[in-house]
Amino acid sequence: MTKQQANWSPYDNNGGSCVAIAGADYCVIAADTRMSTGYNILTRDYSKICKLADKCVMASSGFQADVRALQKQLAARHLIYQHQHNKQMSCPAMAQLLSNTLYYKRFFPYYSFNVLGGLDNEGKGCVFTYDAVGSYEKVGYSSQGSGSTLIMPFLDNQLKSPSPLLLPAQDAVTPLVEAEAIDLVKTVFASASERDIYTVRRQTRTCYHKCSWYPPGIHGT
Amino acid sequence: MFRNQYDTDVTTWSPAGRLFQVEYAMEAVKQGSAAIGLRSKTHVVLGCVNKANSELSSHQKKIFKVDDHIGVAIAGLTADGRVLSRYMRNECINYSFTYESPLPVGRLVVQLADKAQVCTQRSWKRPYGVGLLVAGLDESGAHLYYNCPSGNYFEYQAFAIGSRSQAAKTYLERRFESFRDASRDDLVKDALMAIRETLQGETLKSLVCTVAVVGVGEPFHILDQGTVQQMIDAFEIVAEQEGPAAEPDTEAGQEASAEPEPEQGAAAGEGVAPMDI
Repeated sequence: MTKQQANWSPYDNNGGSCVAIAGADYCVIAADTRMSTGYNILTRDYSKICKLADKCVMASSGFQADVRALQKQLAARHLIYQHQHNKQMSCPAMAQLLSNTLYYKRFFPYYSFNVLGGLDNEGKGCVFTYDAVGSYEKVGYSSQGSGSTLIMPFLDNQLKSPSPLLLPAQDAVTPLVEAEAIDLVKTVFASASERDIYTVRRQTRTCYHKCSWYPPGIHGT
Repeated sequence: MFRNQYDTDVTTWSPAGRLFQVEYAMEAVKQGSAAIGLRSKTHVVLGCVNKANSELSSHQKKIFKVDDHIGVAIAGLTADGRVLSRYMRNECINYSFTYESPLPVGRLVVQLADKAQVCTQRSWKRPYGVGLLVAGLDESGAHLYYNCPSGNYFEYQAFAIGSRSQAAKTYLERRFESFRDASRDDLVKDALMAIRETLQGETLKSLVCTVAVVGVGEPFHILDQGTVQQMIDAFEIVAEQEGPAAEPDTEAGQEASAEPEPEQGAAAGEGVAPMDI
Protein backbone atom coordinates (compact mmCIF):
# COMPACT_ATOMS: atom_id res chain seq x y z
CA MET A 1 0.00 0.00 0.00
CA THR A 2 1.85 3.13 -1.22
CA LYS A 3 1.43 6.46 0.51
CA GLN A 4 -1.25 8.65 -1.07
CA GLN A 5 0.12 11.73 -2.77
CA ALA A 6 -1.67 15.04 -3.08
CA ASN A 7 -3.43 15.46 -6.41
CA TRP A 8 -3.56 19.21 -6.03
CA SER A 9 -0.76 21.70 -5.33
CA PRO A 10 -1.33 25.07 -3.69
CA TYR A 11 1.56 26.46 -5.72
CA ASP A 12 2.07 27.50 -9.32
CA ASN A 13 5.11 29.00 -11.01
CA ASN A 14 4.42 32.14 -13.00
CA GLY A 15 8.00 32.36 -14.27
CA GLY A 16 10.05 35.42 -15.09
CA SER A 17 13.41 36.80 -14.05
CA CYS A 18 14.65 39.57 -11.78
CA VAL A 19 17.99 41.32 -11.66
CA ALA A 20 19.57 43.92 -9.42
CA ILE A 21 22.96 45.63 -9.60
CA ALA A 22 24.44 47.92 -6.93
CA GLY A 23 26.96 50.69 -7.55
CA ALA A 24 28.79 53.23 -5.41
CA ASP A 25 25.91 55.71 -5.46
CA TYR A 26 23.15 53.98 -7.43
CA CYS A 27 21.15 50.79 -7.66
CA VAL A 28 19.39 49.29 -10.68
CA ILE A 29 16.55 46.80 -10.22
CA ALA A 30 14.78 45.19 -13.16
CA ALA A 31 12.31 42.39 -13.85
CA ASP A 32 10.73 41.15 -17.05
CA THR A 33 7.03 41.63 -17.70
CA ARG A 34 5.73 38.21 -18.67
CA MET A 35 3.46 36.18 -16.39
CA SER A 36 2.97 32.56 -17.45
CA THR A 37 1.38 29.35 -16.29
CA GLY A 38 2.54 26.07 -17.77
CA TYR A 39 3.17 26.73 -21.45
CA ASN A 40 0.68 29.61 -21.61
CA ILE A 41 1.00 33.32 -21.16
CA LEU A 42 -1.36 34.93 -18.64
CA THR A 43 -0.28 38.49 -19.41
CA ARG A 44 2.49 40.29 -21.28
CA ASP A 45 2.34 43.31 -19.07
CA TYR A 46 2.88 42.50 -15.40
CA SER A 47 5.20 44.33 -13.04
CA LYS A 48 7.12 42.13 -10.63
CA ILE A 49 8.66 45.14 -8.95
CA CYS A 50 7.18 46.64 -5.79
CA LYS A 51 8.29 49.73 -3.91
CA LEU A 52 8.45 48.85 -0.23
CA ALA A 53 9.90 52.08 1.14
CA ASP A 54 11.27 55.38 -0.06
CA LYS A 55 14.67 53.93 -0.89
CA CYS A 56 13.90 50.25 -1.14
CA VAL A 57 12.41 48.20 -3.95
CA MET A 58 11.75 44.48 -4.25
CA ALA A 59 11.64 42.39 -7.40
CA SER A 60 10.16 38.89 -7.03
CA SER A 61 9.64 35.98 -9.33
CA GLY A 62 7.86 32.70 -8.59
CA PHE A 63 4.21 32.33 -7.63
CA GLN A 64 2.75 35.80 -8.07
CA ALA A 65 -0.17 35.24 -5.71
CA ASP A 66 2.31 34.55 -2.92
CA VAL A 67 4.41 37.47 -4.12
CA ARG A 68 1.39 39.79 -3.86
CA ALA A 69 0.55 38.52 -0.38
CA LEU A 70 4.17 39.06 0.67
CA GLN A 71 4.19 42.61 -0.72
CA LYS A 72 1.00 43.48 1.20
CA GLN A 73 2.41 42.03 4.43
CA LEU A 74 5.58 44.08 4.12
CA ALA A 75 3.63 47.24 3.26
CA ALA A 76 1.47 46.85 6.37
CA ARG A 77 4.50 46.23 8.59
CA HIS A 78 6.20 49.26 7.07
CA LEU A 79 3.22 51.46 7.99
CA ILE A 80 3.46 50.28 11.60
CA TYR A 81 7.19 51.04 11.59
CA GLN A 82 6.52 54.55 10.29
CA HIS A 83 3.94 55.21 13.01
CA GLN A 84 6.34 54.03 15.70
CA HIS A 85 9.61 55.56 14.46
CA ASN A 86 8.36 58.59 12.53
CA LYS A 87 10.53 57.74 9.53
CA GLN A 88 10.83 55.38 6.58
CA MET A 89 12.54 52.02 6.89
CA SER A 90 16.07 51.86 5.54
CA CYS A 91 16.97 49.25 2.92
CA PRO A 92 19.02 47.09 5.31
CA ALA A 93 16.19 47.18 7.85
CA MET A 94 13.67 46.13 5.23
CA ALA A 95 16.06 43.37 4.17
CA GLN A 96 15.99 41.91 7.67
CA LEU A 97 12.21 42.28 7.87
CA LEU A 98 11.80 40.41 4.59
CA SER A 99 14.00 37.60 5.82
CA ASN A 100 12.01 37.25 9.03
CA THR A 101 8.68 37.40 7.19
CA LEU A 102 9.76 34.63 4.84
CA TYR A 103 11.04 32.38 7.62
CA TYR A 104 7.82 32.88 9.55
CA LYS A 105 6.25 30.64 6.90
CA ARG A 106 9.08 28.14 6.91
CA PHE A 107 6.64 25.21 6.85
CA PHE A 108 4.30 26.58 4.17
CA PRO A 109 6.58 28.96 2.35
CA TYR A 110 5.92 31.96 0.16
CA TYR A 111 6.88 30.62 -3.27
CA SER A 112 8.71 33.85 -3.95
CA PHE A 113 12.28 34.34 -5.11
CA ASN A 114 13.24 37.86 -4.17
CA VAL A 115 15.84 40.42 -4.89
CA LEU A 116 15.83 43.59 -2.80
CA GLY A 117 17.57 46.73 -4.01
CA GLY A 118 18.01 50.29 -2.92
CA LEU A 119 20.27 52.78 -1.19
CA ASP A 120 21.54 52.31 2.33
CA ASN A 121 21.72 55.10 4.91
CA GLU A 122 24.90 56.50 3.37
CA GLY A 123 23.49 56.60 -0.13
CA LYS A 124 25.48 53.61 -1.32
CA GLY A 125 23.77 51.06 -3.52
CA CYS A 126 22.85 47.75 -1.91
CA VAL A 127 21.35 44.52 -3.19
CA PHE A 128 20.07 41.64 -1.08
CA THR A 129 19.28 38.25 -2.53
CA TYR A 130 16.94 35.66 -0.97
CA ASP A 131 15.74 32.12 -1.22
CA ALA A 132 12.11 31.18 -0.61
CA VAL A 133 12.48 30.75 3.15
CA GLY A 134 14.42 33.87 4.01
CA SER A 135 18.09 32.99 3.78
CA TYR A 136 19.67 36.23 2.57
CA GLU A 137 22.94 37.92 1.82
CA LYS A 138 24.08 41.41 0.90
CA VAL A 139 25.73 41.26 -2.51
CA GLY A 140 26.88 43.56 -5.27
CA TYR A 141 24.52 42.07 -7.86
CA SER A 142 22.05 39.21 -8.15
CA SER A 143 19.40 37.55 -10.25
CA GLN A 144 16.48 35.29 -9.36
CA GLY A 145 13.80 33.45 -11.29
CA SER A 146 13.53 31.15 -14.28
CA GLY A 147 16.27 32.93 -16.24
CA SER A 148 18.71 33.24 -13.35
CA THR A 149 20.71 30.17 -14.42
CA LEU A 150 21.42 31.96 -17.69
CA ILE A 151 21.82 35.46 -16.22
CA MET A 152 23.90 34.84 -13.12
CA PRO A 153 27.00 33.36 -14.81
CA PHE A 154 27.03 36.31 -17.22
CA LEU A 155 26.83 38.80 -14.36
CA ASP A 156 29.59 36.91 -12.56
CA ASN A 157 31.75 37.24 -15.64
CA GLN A 158 31.11 40.98 -15.97
CA LEU A 159 30.84 42.07 -12.36
CA LYS A 160 32.56 39.48 -10.25
CA SER A 161 33.37 40.97 -6.91
CA PRO A 162 36.08 39.88 -4.50
CA SER A 163 35.08 37.05 -2.21
CA PRO A 164 33.17 38.13 0.89
CA LEU A 165 35.45 35.78 2.85
CA LEU A 166 38.51 37.94 2.25
CA LEU A 167 40.06 40.01 4.99
CA PRO A 168 40.17 42.98 5.02
CA ALA A 169 36.60 43.23 3.67
CA GLN A 170 36.49 44.55 0.14
CA ASP A 171 33.72 46.53 -1.49
CA ALA A 172 31.17 44.30 -3.19
CA VAL A 173 29.59 47.03 -5.28
CA THR A 174 30.61 47.38 -8.88
CA PRO A 175 32.82 50.25 -10.03
CA LEU A 176 30.66 50.68 -13.16
CA VAL A 177 28.71 53.90 -13.63
CA GLU A 178 24.92 53.86 -13.67
CA ALA A 179 24.56 54.12 -17.44
CA GLU A 180 26.85 51.15 -17.94
CA ALA A 181 24.95 49.11 -15.37
CA ILE A 182 21.63 49.90 -17.06
CA ASP A 183 23.11 48.85 -20.38
CA LEU A 184 24.27 45.62 -18.80
CA VAL A 185 20.78 44.94 -17.48
CA LYS A 186 19.26 45.47 -20.92
CA THR A 187 21.81 43.10 -22.43
CA VAL A 188 21.12 40.50 -19.78
CA PHE A 189 17.40 40.40 -20.52
CA ALA A 190 18.06 40.37 -24.24
CA SER A 191 20.20 37.24 -23.81
CA ALA A 192 18.06 35.42 -21.26
CA SER A 193 14.92 35.88 -23.37
CA GLU A 194 16.64 34.06 -26.23
CA ARG A 195 16.68 30.70 -24.44
CA ASP A 196 14.30 30.94 -21.46
CA ILE A 197 10.69 30.72 -22.62
CA TYR A 198 9.42 32.33 -19.44
CA THR A 199 11.53 35.45 -19.75
CA VAL A 200 11.00 38.22 -22.30
CA ARG A 201 13.15 41.12 -23.29
CA ARG A 202 10.68 43.75 -22.12
CA GLN A 203 11.31 44.78 -18.53
CA THR A 204 10.29 47.17 -15.77
CA ARG A 205 13.35 48.91 -14.42
CA THR A 206 13.89 51.16 -11.38
CA CYS A 207 17.08 53.12 -10.87
CA TYR A 208 17.94 54.56 -7.49
CA HIS A 209 20.47 57.32 -7.45
CA LYS A 210 21.87 59.08 -4.43
CA CYS A 211 20.73 62.44 -5.76
CA SER A 212 17.41 61.54 -7.31
CA TRP A 213 15.55 58.47 -8.26
CA TYR A 214 13.56 57.43 -11.29
CA PRO A 215 10.16 55.84 -10.76
CA PRO A 216 9.80 52.40 -12.31
CA GLY A 217 9.03 52.58 -15.99
CA ILE A 218 8.34 50.02 -18.66
CA HIS A 219 11.40 49.95 -20.82
CA GLY A 220 11.33 48.17 -24.11
CA THR A 221 14.86 47.12 -24.89
CA MET B 1 -26.50 64.42 47.61
CA PHE B 2 -26.14 60.76 46.72
CA ARG B 3 -23.18 61.24 44.42
CA ASN B 4 -20.51 59.73 46.66
CA GLN B 5 -22.43 56.57 47.51
CA TYR B 6 -22.89 55.36 43.95
CA ASP B 7 -19.62 56.37 42.35
CA THR B 8 -17.28 53.56 43.41
CA ASP B 9 -17.95 51.16 40.54
CA VAL B 10 -18.56 51.88 36.91
CA THR B 11 -21.17 49.15 37.05
CA THR B 12 -23.26 50.86 39.71
CA TRP B 13 -26.21 53.03 38.75
CA SER B 14 -27.24 56.00 40.87
CA PRO B 15 -30.91 56.36 41.84
CA ALA B 16 -31.14 59.16 39.29
CA GLY B 17 -30.05 56.77 36.54
CA ARG B 18 -26.50 58.01 36.12
CA LEU B 19 -23.15 56.28 35.96
CA PHE B 20 -20.88 58.56 37.93
CA GLN B 21 -17.61 56.89 36.97
CA VAL B 22 -18.37 57.61 33.33
CA GLU B 23 -19.16 61.21 34.18
CA TYR B 24 -15.93 61.50 36.12
CA ALA B 25 -14.11 60.21 33.05
CA MET B 26 -15.69 62.99 31.01
CA GLU B 27 -14.48 65.38 33.69
CA ALA B 28 -10.92 64.24 32.95
CA VAL B 29 -11.41 65.35 29.36
CA LYS B 30 -12.39 68.82 30.55
CA GLN B 31 -9.16 69.05 32.55
CA GLY B 32 -6.89 68.34 29.60
CA SER B 33 -5.48 71.15 27.47
CA ALA B 34 -7.67 72.34 24.65
CA ALA B 35 -8.13 70.70 21.29
CA ILE B 36 -10.29 72.06 18.48
CA GLY B 37 -11.50 70.85 15.13
CA LEU B 38 -13.36 72.40 12.23
CA ARG B 39 -14.29 71.26 8.76
CA SER B 40 -15.29 72.52 5.37
CA LYS B 41 -16.67 70.48 2.50
CA THR B 42 -13.19 69.37 1.46
CA HIS B 43 -10.85 69.88 4.41
CA VAL B 44 -10.70 69.26 8.13
CA VAL B 45 -8.34 71.11 10.46
CA LEU B 46 -7.33 70.02 13.96
CA GLY B 47 -5.55 72.22 16.43
CA CYS B 48 -4.38 71.90 19.99
CA VAL B 49 -2.64 73.84 22.70
CA ASN B 50 0.78 72.56 23.71
CA LYS B 51 0.96 72.41 27.45
CA ALA B 52 4.13 71.27 29.14
CA ASN B 53 4.32 70.04 32.74
CA SER B 54 7.18 72.36 33.57
CA GLU B 55 9.53 74.71 31.82
CA LEU B 56 12.10 71.93 31.65
CA SER B 57 9.93 69.32 29.98
CA SER B 58 8.62 68.86 26.47
CA HIS B 59 4.94 69.10 25.70
CA GLN B 60 2.85 65.99 25.15
CA LYS B 61 1.89 64.92 21.68
CA LYS B 62 -1.86 65.43 21.28
CA ILE B 63 -2.37 65.05 17.54
CA PHE B 64 -1.78 61.68 15.92
CA LYS B 65 -1.84 60.58 12.33
CA VAL B 66 -3.97 57.47 12.05
CA ASP B 67 -3.82 56.98 8.31
CA ASP B 68 -3.34 59.13 5.24
CA HIS B 69 -6.98 60.16 5.41
CA ILE B 70 -7.61 60.19 9.17
CA GLY B 71 -6.08 62.02 12.10
CA VAL B 72 -7.06 62.51 15.71
CA ALA B 73 -6.61 65.18 18.37
CA ILE B 74 -7.04 64.20 22.01
CA ALA B 75 -7.78 65.87 25.32
CA GLY B 76 -7.54 64.23 28.71
CA LEU B 77 -5.37 61.29 29.75
CA THR B 78 -2.76 61.35 27.02
CA ALA B 79 -1.71 57.78 27.73
CA ASP B 80 -5.24 56.53 27.06
CA GLY B 81 -5.24 58.62 23.90
CA ARG B 82 -2.02 57.04 22.70
CA VAL B 83 -3.39 53.56 23.23
CA LEU B 84 -6.58 54.37 21.33
CA SER B 85 -4.54 55.92 18.49
CA ARG B 86 -2.59 52.70 18.22
CA TYR B 87 -5.86 50.78 18.05
CA MET B 88 -7.16 53.09 15.33
CA ARG B 89 -3.95 52.77 13.31
CA ASN B 90 -4.16 49.02 13.52
CA GLU B 91 -7.77 48.97 12.38
CA CYS B 92 -6.91 51.15 9.39
CA ILE B 93 -3.97 48.96 8.41
CA ASN B 94 -6.01 45.75 8.69
CA TYR B 95 -8.92 47.19 6.72
CA SER B 96 -6.56 48.43 3.98
CA PHE B 97 -4.91 45.04 3.85
CA THR B 98 -8.19 43.17 3.42
CA TYR B 99 -10.14 45.58 1.20
CA GLU B 100 -7.31 47.53 -0.46
CA SER B 101 -9.19 50.73 0.22
CA PRO B 102 -9.16 53.25 3.07
CA LEU B 103 -11.30 52.65 6.12
CA PRO B 104 -14.32 54.98 6.07
CA VAL B 105 -14.16 57.39 9.03
CA GLY B 106 -17.72 56.68 10.05
CA ARG B 107 -16.91 53.00 10.55
CA LEU B 108 -13.81 53.76 12.59
CA VAL B 109 -15.60 56.04 15.03
CA VAL B 110 -18.31 53.44 15.62
CA GLN B 111 -15.66 50.83 16.41
CA LEU B 112 -13.99 53.31 18.73
CA ALA B 113 -17.28 54.13 20.42
CA ASP B 114 -18.11 50.45 20.93
CA LYS B 115 -14.68 49.91 22.41
CA ALA B 116 -15.29 52.77 24.85
CA GLN B 117 -18.72 51.42 25.76
CA VAL B 118 -17.26 48.07 26.81
CA CYS B 119 -15.31 49.86 29.52
CA THR B 120 -18.52 51.29 30.92
CA GLN B 121 -20.06 47.88 31.45
CA ARG B 122 -17.29 45.76 32.99
CA SER B 123 -16.57 45.83 36.70
CA TRP B 124 -12.87 45.13 36.18
CA LYS B 125 -12.34 47.99 33.72
CA ARG B 126 -12.46 51.75 33.83
CA PRO B 127 -13.60 54.14 31.11
CA TYR B 128 -10.94 55.72 28.88
CA GLY B 129 -10.23 59.18 30.25
CA VAL B 130 -9.79 60.84 26.90
CA GLY B 131 -11.95 62.67 24.38
CA LEU B 132 -11.04 62.28 20.73
CA LEU B 133 -11.66 64.64 17.86
CA VAL B 134 -11.45 62.40 14.80
CA ALA B 135 -10.88 64.19 11.50
CA GLY B 136 -11.18 62.24 8.31
CA LEU B 137 -11.97 62.12 4.65
CA ASP B 138 -13.91 59.46 2.86
CA GLU B 139 -16.09 59.02 -0.20
CA SER B 140 -18.89 61.00 1.39
CA GLY B 141 -16.67 63.99 2.09
CA ALA B 142 -14.88 65.58 5.02
CA HIS B 143 -15.94 64.62 8.56
CA LEU B 144 -15.24 65.67 12.11
CA TYR B 145 -16.39 63.44 14.96
CA TYR B 146 -16.12 63.69 18.71
CA ASN B 147 -15.78 60.43 20.66
CA CYS B 148 -16.31 60.64 24.38
CA PRO B 149 -15.46 58.25 27.22
CA SER B 150 -19.12 57.34 27.59
CA GLY B 151 -19.09 55.56 24.24
CA ASN B 152 -21.13 58.24 22.49
CA TYR B 153 -19.98 59.88 19.35
CA PHE B 154 -21.24 62.91 17.48
CA GLU B 155 -20.49 64.52 14.18
CA TYR B 156 -19.66 68.21 14.17
CA GLN B 157 -19.07 71.10 11.83
CA ALA B 158 -16.69 72.47 14.45
CA PHE B 159 -15.97 71.62 18.08
CA ALA B 160 -13.61 72.25 20.95
CA ILE B 161 -12.76 70.12 23.98
CA GLY B 162 -10.54 70.46 27.02
CA SER B 163 -9.90 73.31 29.40
CA ARG B 164 -11.14 76.78 28.40
CA SER B 165 -12.74 75.22 25.34
CA GLN B 166 -15.92 77.25 25.94
CA ALA B 167 -14.16 80.36 24.67
CA ALA B 168 -13.21 78.55 21.47
CA LYS B 169 -16.71 77.10 21.14
CA THR B 170 -18.19 80.59 21.37
CA TYR B 171 -15.92 81.75 18.58
CA LEU B 172 -16.72 78.72 16.47
CA GLU B 173 -20.47 79.09 17.03
CA ARG B 174 -20.25 82.62 15.74
CA ARG B 175 -18.33 81.67 12.64
CA PHE B 176 -19.31 78.10 11.78
CA GLU B 177 -21.71 78.95 8.98
CA SER B 178 -18.80 80.22 6.90
CA PHE B 179 -16.75 77.05 7.34
CA ARG B 180 -18.57 74.83 4.82
CA ASP B 181 -17.31 76.73 1.83
CA ALA B 182 -14.17 78.20 3.32
CA SER B 183 -10.84 77.73 1.60
CA ARG B 184 -8.18 75.56 3.22
CA ASP B 185 -6.12 78.54 4.35
CA ASP B 186 -9.14 80.33 5.80
CA LEU B 187 -10.00 77.20 7.72
CA VAL B 188 -6.51 77.03 9.22
CA LYS B 189 -6.74 80.71 10.08
CA ASP B 190 -10.05 80.10 11.86
CA ALA B 191 -8.48 77.20 13.75
CA LEU B 192 -5.65 79.44 14.94
CA MET B 193 -8.15 82.10 16.01
CA ALA B 194 -10.10 79.50 17.95
CA ILE B 195 -6.91 78.31 19.64
CA ARG B 196 -6.12 81.92 20.49
CA GLU B 197 -9.48 82.18 22.26
CA THR B 198 -8.54 79.35 24.61
CA LEU B 199 -5.23 80.99 25.45
CA GLN B 200 -7.16 83.89 27.01
CA GLY B 201 -4.59 86.63 26.84
CA GLU B 202 -1.41 84.68 26.18
CA THR B 203 0.21 85.57 22.86
CA LEU B 204 -0.47 83.14 20.10
CA LYS B 205 2.82 81.71 18.86
CA SER B 206 3.56 78.58 16.87
CA LEU B 207 5.41 77.25 19.93
CA VAL B 208 2.25 76.97 21.97
CA CYS B 209 0.06 75.25 19.42
CA THR B 210 0.01 72.39 16.95
CA VAL B 211 -2.11 72.40 13.78
CA ALA B 212 -2.87 69.53 11.43
CA VAL B 213 -4.78 69.37 8.15
CA VAL B 214 -6.39 66.68 6.05
CA GLY B 215 -8.22 67.33 2.81
CA VAL B 216 -9.00 66.31 -0.74
CA GLY B 217 -5.64 65.63 -2.35
CA GLU B 218 -3.86 66.39 0.91
CA PRO B 219 -2.97 63.48 3.20
CA PHE B 220 -3.15 64.08 6.94
CA HIS B 221 -0.10 65.89 8.18
CA ILE B 222 0.94 68.20 11.00
CA LEU B 223 1.93 71.66 9.82
CA ASP B 224 5.49 72.59 10.67
CA GLN B 225 6.16 75.42 13.10
CA GLY B 226 7.51 77.78 10.44
CA THR B 227 4.35 77.59 8.37
CA VAL B 228 2.15 78.06 11.42
CA GLN B 229 4.12 81.09 12.58
CA GLN B 230 3.85 82.62 9.12
CA MET B 231 0.07 82.25 9.17
CA ILE B 232 -0.14 83.77 12.64
CA ASP B 233 2.01 86.70 11.57
CA ALA B 234 -0.07 87.17 8.42
CA PHE B 235 -3.38 87.62 10.14
CA GLU B 236 -1.95 89.59 13.02
CA ILE B 237 -0.51 92.09 10.55
CA VAL B 238 -3.93 92.37 8.92
CA ALA B 239 -5.51 92.95 12.31
CA GLU B 240 -3.04 95.72 13.11
CA GLN B 241 -3.63 97.38 9.75
CA GLU B 242 -7.36 97.36 10.29
CA GLY B 243 -6.76 99.32 13.49
CA PRO B 244 -9.40 99.96 16.19
CA ALA B 245 -12.19 99.32 13.70
CA ALA B 246 -11.25 95.66 13.71
CA GLU B 247 -13.54 92.84 14.88
CA PRO B 248 -13.99 92.58 18.62
CA ASP B 249 -12.08 89.34 18.97
CA THR B 250 -8.93 90.54 17.19
CA GLU B 251 -9.11 93.77 19.18
CA ALA B 252 -9.28 91.85 22.40
CA GLY B 253 -6.39 89.74 21.21
CA GLN B 254 -4.35 92.83 20.46
CA GLU B 255 -4.99 94.51 23.79
CA ALA B 256 -4.27 91.33 25.65
CA SER B 257 -1.09 90.68 23.74
CA ALA B 258 0.11 94.28 24.24
CA GLU B 259 0.25 93.79 28.02
CA PRO B 260 2.36 90.66 28.38
CA GLU B 261 4.63 91.96 25.59
CA PRO B 262 7.42 93.39 27.82
CA GLU B 263 7.37 90.26 29.98
CA GLN B 264 7.47 88.09 26.90
CA GLY B 265 10.55 89.91 25.68
CA ALA B 266 12.35 89.28 28.95
CA ALA B 267 11.24 85.71 29.30
CA ALA B 268 11.86 84.82 25.66
CA GLY B 269 15.08 83.02 26.39
CA GLU B 270 13.62 80.97 29.23
CA GLY B 271 10.33 80.21 27.46
CA VAL B 272 9.05 76.64 27.23
CA ALA B 273 10.91 74.87 24.46
CA PRO B 274 8.84 71.99 23.18
CA MET B 275 11.15 69.31 21.91
CA ASP B 276 10.32 67.46 18.76
CA ILE B 277 9.06 64.10 19.91
